[in-house]
This record gives sequence, structure tokens and C-alpha cells, in this order.
Amino acid sequence: MSAPGPSKRNYKLRVWRQKDAGATGGFVNYDAPAIPTDASFLEMLDIVNETLIARNEEPIAFDHDCREGICGMCSLVINGTPHGPNRATTTCQLYMRHFPDGQTIVIEPFRARAFPVIRDLIVNRGALDRIQQVGGFVTARTGSAQDANNIPIAKPDADRAMDAAACIQCGACVAACPNASAMLFLAARVSHFALLPQGQPERTQRVLDMLAKHDEEGFGNCRNHYECEAVCPAEISVLFITKLNREYLRAEVKKAVE
Amino acid sequence: MTGILDAHIPGGPMEKKWDLHKFESKLINPANKRKFEIIIVGSGLAGASAAATLAELGFRVKCFCYQDSPRRAHSIAAQGGINAAKNYQNDGDSVFRLFYDTVKGGDFRSREANVYRLAQVSAAIIDQCVAQGVPFAREYGGLLANRSFGGAQVSRTFYARGQTGQQLLLGAYGALCKQIEARNVQMFPRTEMLDLVVVDGHAKGIVVRDMVSGKISSHAGDTVVLATGGYGNVFYLSTNAKGCNVTATYRAYRKGAFFANPCYTQIHPTCIPVTGEYQSKLTLMSESLRNDGRVWAPKKQHDKRPPGQIPEDERDYYLERKYPSFGNLAPRDISSRAAKQVCDEGRGVGDTGLGVYLDFADAITRLGVETIRERYGNLFDMYEKITNEDAYKLPMRIFPAVHYTMGGLWVDYNLMSNLPGLHVLGEANFSDHGANRLGASALMQGLADGYFVLPATIGNYLATQAGKKVKPDAPEFKQAEEDVHNRTRRLLGIRGKKTVDHFHRELGILMWEKAGMARNETGLREALKRIPQLREEFWENVNVLGENENLNQSLEKAGRVADFLNFAELLCYDALNRRESCGGHFREEFQTPDGEAVRNDEEFANVSAWECVPNGGPPQLHKEPLEFECCHLATRSYK
Repeated sequence: MSAPGPSKRNYKLRVWRQKDAGATGGFVNYDAPAIPTDASFLEMLDIVNETLIARNEEPIAFDHDCREGICGMCSLVINGTPHGPNRATTTCQLYMRHFPDGQTIVIEPFRARAFPVIRDLIVNRGALDRIQQVGGFVTARTGSAQDANNIPIAKPDADRAMDAAACIQCGACVAACPNASAMLFLAARVSHFALLPQGQPERTQRVLDMLAKHDEEGFGNCRNHYECEAVCPAEISVLFITKLNREYLRAEVKKAVE
Repeated sequence: MTGILDAHIPGGPMEKKWDLHKFESKLINPANKRKFEIIIVGSGLAGASAAATLAELGFRVKCFCYQDSPRRAHSIAAQGGINAAKNYQNDGDSVFRLFYDTVKGGDFRSREANVYRLAQVSAAIIDQCVAQGVPFAREYGGLLANRSFGGAQVSRTFYARGQTGQQLLLGAYGALCKQIEARNVQMFPRTEMLDLVVVDGHAKGIVVRDMVSGKISSHAGDTVVLATGGYGNVFYLSTNAKGCNVTATYRAYRKGAFFANPCYTQIHPTCIPVTGEYQSKLTLMSESLRNDGRVWAPKKQHDKRPPGQIPEDERDYYLERKYPSFGNLAPRDISSRAAKQVCDEGRGVGDTGLGVYLDFADAITRLGVETIRERYGNLFDMYEKITNEDAYKLPMRIFPAVHYTMGGLWVDYNLMSNLPGLHVLGEANFSDHGANRLGASALMQGLADGYFVLPATIGNYLATQAGKKVKPDAPEFKQAEEDVHNRTRRLLGIRGKKTVDHFHRELGILMWEKAGMARNETGLREALKRIPQLREEFWENVNVLGENENLNQSLEKAGRVADFLNFAELLCYDALNRRESCGGHFREEFQTPDGEAVRNDEEFANVSAWECVPNGGPPQLHKEPLEFECCHLATRSYK
């Protein structure tokens, strides 16, 4: 569904500018005139940046790479919502036809204690990598694997594992959460492996280590706001957080018994 | 002067070469492995799988990527699948058939021994990925599912919905994460390689820029591995990520590594057409769609009727008509050219006339909308987001776009460049796809190189390097750092009137027109005249604001575009020199009356490897003759 209006539209932007991690940032207003409705949101920013450079003003820094919704590099909080108004859509897949002519668009970085701003709209999401490093994998020494079809997996289980594995690690769940929790991300990673036979040997330790790291990195706890699910471009379900809770409980009990 | 290159292909029968070579390759004993430091640039399928496997073997590894996380490398965007000669479908597949299909698909311009090895290790890749928990698609019985891809008549493609590259990369990234945590790999995200350092004729390190602080520093190692992807963005618009660039491989070329077959570029037939000049990239619609979609254009020229109002007998299903035995699954180069021909005849669709239809109406009638949604739902959603059209109701509009580059740095059978100590993996090397890559073969090659080939061959080089360590304070490093500093200062000092993107776009239009889907001598000569002018304008009139000592995206882009402006010339030289049509390289002078490619095996059954000549002279050509002992050199036919 697109907003009605002409095929070239004018916008007012309010953009967060911040020189570097140590600087104090603030909003700056820009005009974005004659933006084609078929342009993507990032292409709109490209157009604005070209005009800024022509005026010898430094362009707005924002993260992006694949521009097809899969690499997870793009971010932005657009009018208060991470990745903007469309469900199941990354910022790079958001098109200007969804923004009515004359609208004021407020653009901010993903905000969370664990995501310090690097410059303008770019934040450091390295904490998510560090959570993966303590357990986001199945140990499988290269070359030691058995024939792939020796591990049959029921289709519904494989499909659910894939639903979880679809997470693009963009961090929108954190930016949307009032507690800046990364539980949806963590739940997706833990569930993907917990649902598969290959993930069983490391199942108990994985959830304990990853959760501990999550807390250590300064992410908050889940209070069931479900804001994360609402903004997730990969449509990761909050039901995986209940799965995470069960995995955690199971691991604690197992440890206690041992 | 032309030299002949030796690829060091082992002797023995084709099916035994790899096993014999592995046996004869040098091993490094476990205590010595930790004395060797390996520098890996790039963290896609090839880089991440190599980094993880080499670290697991006991080597010390440093891995660099320009993205903020190694998991974001552009391998992640691969949609359709990965080939393997498993023959799980019992439909007649074998190592030999995958080998033959790949050699034929590459229009007999790849190295047989490399391709055979690729087909041999393909099955182990699937085993490895499943063991890591990659959630490949499965049948109800719990076994792995397959689908077919262009250029093959068997179903050998494994897939994870439309996100196969993402899932395979997550597998390799997971393995890499484990090694980072174990301190066997030191990971440097947001770090870009800006030069290669050569000491006494060996690649011994790199100079990098920290993209956050701007700090320029040196890293020394016992060998350097480039897994930095392809150069498709020389055309500005491509399906590559915005950051994909030629800088690492081009800098290596400047330092003595030969660049092989740069004119082999793959134009993918099924991408979303261009809509306007502000457009920043093109989006691929997976080739897997051609399993169920039918490609057509109106029979009449300039037929502006909506597709639903064009009756069946006024539609030209041109792939089915021209290539009845492969139909809509004709290989990419052939399908792309056929689309271009249709549009050149004035039968293209959409506002620009640069598009054809990919129609699912028959498949939806046959299988039901739910089956189509299950198979391709995410692709249909993506199509709707971009075009605002519902492909369940209207046929998709598609047009070819630059997607992959078969050319790359020249490597021998060990994946080592002519420059000793430099290894090159994945799309960054040239070896396995000849003049055209088949669908679902890029993921296979990236992982083959990283998991299985390099870890077995790297010992052959390292065994000769004991006690030959260099330190990052050697004069060669200082000089390279100084060069990088100077270049950066120069870019920031120009303060001209045009943006970096302006020059990149100009270059892209020129390359697409003169060296894109079809090339001819006149056009290539024009491009060779225009590129140096554009380069000169760039160095006089580009405007790069800000400073080095901060995150500066204009500066990053400027460095990359500066290298594209040099590399473009090399691509055109190669295209001009190769006076034949083969695979993705279509020279208009060499075609049959009905527009099929005409190869010239007498003169061009070889690899063209270009050496950089200092002080700006034309590059010097070296040749590696291609000998075909298993596959009979034949005119490629998909009719």
C-alpha cells in the first residue's frame, strides 16, 4: 500500500548528526525536494547527500551494504520506528511511495547502551558478534562430517529452525525494546540450534554462555513488550523467546542435577 | 612479449589428480603450525571458511573485512542454492556430470583439473554444512530436497528457501566465531585493505585503514589470502552490495599479481529493471524462479497493452522456442543475450522498453498459489516491495544485470598467484567458471576453496618459508604506508566540484554501453579513450570532504572508485584482445546469423593473464593454454 500523491515528493528531514563517539549529537533539518516515489529510503538519503556535498557540507553517514534486505547492515529509526513504518521490511527495502508528500521525517540511529554511536546514524553492533562467539555455532571440524542424509530431520523441525535462522542480526529488536534487550536475537540463535539434532551436544552450555554474555554486554531483560517482533524485518516470532526461556530453565535444571 | 604460465597441474588421470596431489603436498607439523601467521582479507564464504579451517588446523589467523561484522559479507545475498554431485535424486548425476556441465557451462574456458576437483569436493561441502546445522530445505521424509538450475538437466541444487547464501555464510561465520573466541583468529571488522606488501618478491603483508579511526597500519604474515569477491561494481549498477570493490585485487595486480580474464563478466538474466537515474543498485530475482516461471515478450513491436490483454498466440516464449531442450533453464549468458535481442527488436516491456516478462500464471494454475508461495514467497515479496506490483497476479518484469565476475587474479592449482605467497579464493580468483558461471556454482566454489582446497595446499608454500619472517617495520611496509597516506591526502585535497558517485555513475554508464552485454572493437576503443579522460577529471575535480581521522564514507568510496577507474581499462583491454565470443563475453563481430556466440578455439583456448607494467604502459599479456583431455571441445548447444 502506498501513500497517494505525486510521483515526485518533497520532504522535510530531521536527522541526527554526531561527529564521532565522543561528540554531543543533535538534530539538523534538511529539505529533501523532488524525491521520486520509486526511490528507496536510502536512495532518498543518497540524493540529499549529493546536494550536501555540492554545498561543501559533509554527507550524512549511515550504514548500508547489500540494499536488498539480507545483510543486516542498514539500520535507522524512522519517525520513531526502527526500519520505518512497513512491517517485515528493512530500511533499504523501504520505498518513498509509502511517505506522503510534504511529510516531516525524523531519522535517528538505533539507540541502546550496548550500541554506542560511531558517527551520525552509524552505531557499533559488535556486541551481537561477541554473543555469537561464545556459542552461536555447532562444532563440526572441517572434513569430519558424515553423509548429509544420515541425519534425517522432520520437515516441520527443519522449517522452524529455518524460521529462527532467518535473523539478519540488524539489531532492530534492541532499538525497539524499552529495555534495549537483545532477547529476540538471542532466542533466534539459540532456537535454531536447539531445534536440530546437530545442536544437541552443545545445547546446555550454549544457552548459558550466550545469555551470560548478553547480560554482560549491557542488554536489558525481556519484559514481554513484543516491540521487537513488531519491527523485526525477518519476522522472527516472540515464541522463540519462550523457547529461549525453556532452554534456559532446562539448562539450569540439568546443571543443578549434575 | 608474451609469457606462458604454468598452472602446476598434477599428473595422473583426472579423477586421481587431487588425491595424488594431496598426498604429495607438504604437511606442516602441529608444533610448527602455530608459528605461521596467515592474513585473510574478506569474510564471505571463501574467507570465513578458510579462516575457520586454517585456525582449527593450528595456524594463527588474522581476518579482515570492511563490514561491521564478518557475517555481512556479500555471499549472504546469494539466493538460489549450492550445487553438489550427491545424486540424492537418483536422476543420473555424478562427479563427472557436474564437472562436464560446469566446463561446458563455462564455454570451455576453464581449467579442467580445477573444475574436476570442485565437483569432487562438492559432496563434502553439503556434509560439512549440514553438520554445522545449516537448515537446508527438506522433503517430508526428512531427507534433503533438491531443485534444478540453469545449464543442468539434473536436480543437484541444495537450498535454504531463498536465503541459501545467508545460511551457508552463517555456518562458516559460526565456525569462525568459535575460532575467534578460542583466540586462534584475530578479527578486524570495519577495516579495509588498501595495499599489498611484497618483500623480496613474496607477498608478506598488507596495509589497512581502520574505517572508524582512520588509522593506517601494517600487518605482516607468512602468506596473504585474498577472498575479496568480484569487481561487478565497475559497472556502477549491479546486484553486488554497495561496498563490493576491486581495490584489494587491483592493488595486488599493481604489486605483480597477474589479473586473468577480466572481460569475463556475468550478466544475470532475471533482475528487476532499472527505473531511474537515482537508482543505486539492481536486485536479482533468483534463477530458481525459472524452474516454474515462463519467460516471454510480445510478438509485436512496441506492444503497450498490459500483459493480461496480450492473447496467448501473440506472446513469444522465446527461450522455449529457441532452446527447446533447456527452455527457460537455458544458462545465464544465453538467456541474457536472448532478452537483449528481444528488447533490441523493440519488443521489450515496461516504461523503458528494457524488460521482458517472467510469468507464473501457468505454474499457479498447475500447482496452486500456496505451492508457489512456499517455493518463492520471499522473492515475490521483495519484488512487490521494489516495484509495487503483485507477481501472483501480474507477470514479473525482468531485465539482465551485472551479477558476478568470472575473471579474477590468476592462480595455479594450489590457488596461489604467480606472486609467491599470495593466495586467492572464491570470486576473487579466476579459475573454475571459465567464461560463464552456472547458477548455484559460486557458493560451491567459495566453500570448496576455503574449507577443502587451500587448507590442503597452503603447506606447499609455507613449508618453504620457515625462518623467513618479516616484521611490519620493514622498509617495504613503511613505503606502502607512506603511499597510502599520500593517496588519501591527495583525495582529500582536491576539493573539486563533482561527487564520487557522479564519477562512478559516469564510468558505469560507459562500461555498460561499451563493455556490457555485447561488445565490439569500435566501442571498446572508444571506452579505452574515454576512461583515462574520466580518470583525469576525477583526480582534478572530485570533491571528498571531511578528514582521514574519522569515519568518512566519501573517502572510502573515493579510493574504490579511483581503482575502478584504472581497472575498467584493463577489462576493456582484455575484451578487445579476445577476438571471439564465449560465455559472458560476446563480441558482436563473432556470431552466427541467428546471434549465437562463435568461439575461436585455435587462437583463444587459453587464459589471458595480464601483468601490470610500471609507469602506466599497456598491460602485458601472458597466456595459460587450456588443454581438454576429458571434455571434447564442442560448440555449446542448449537447443
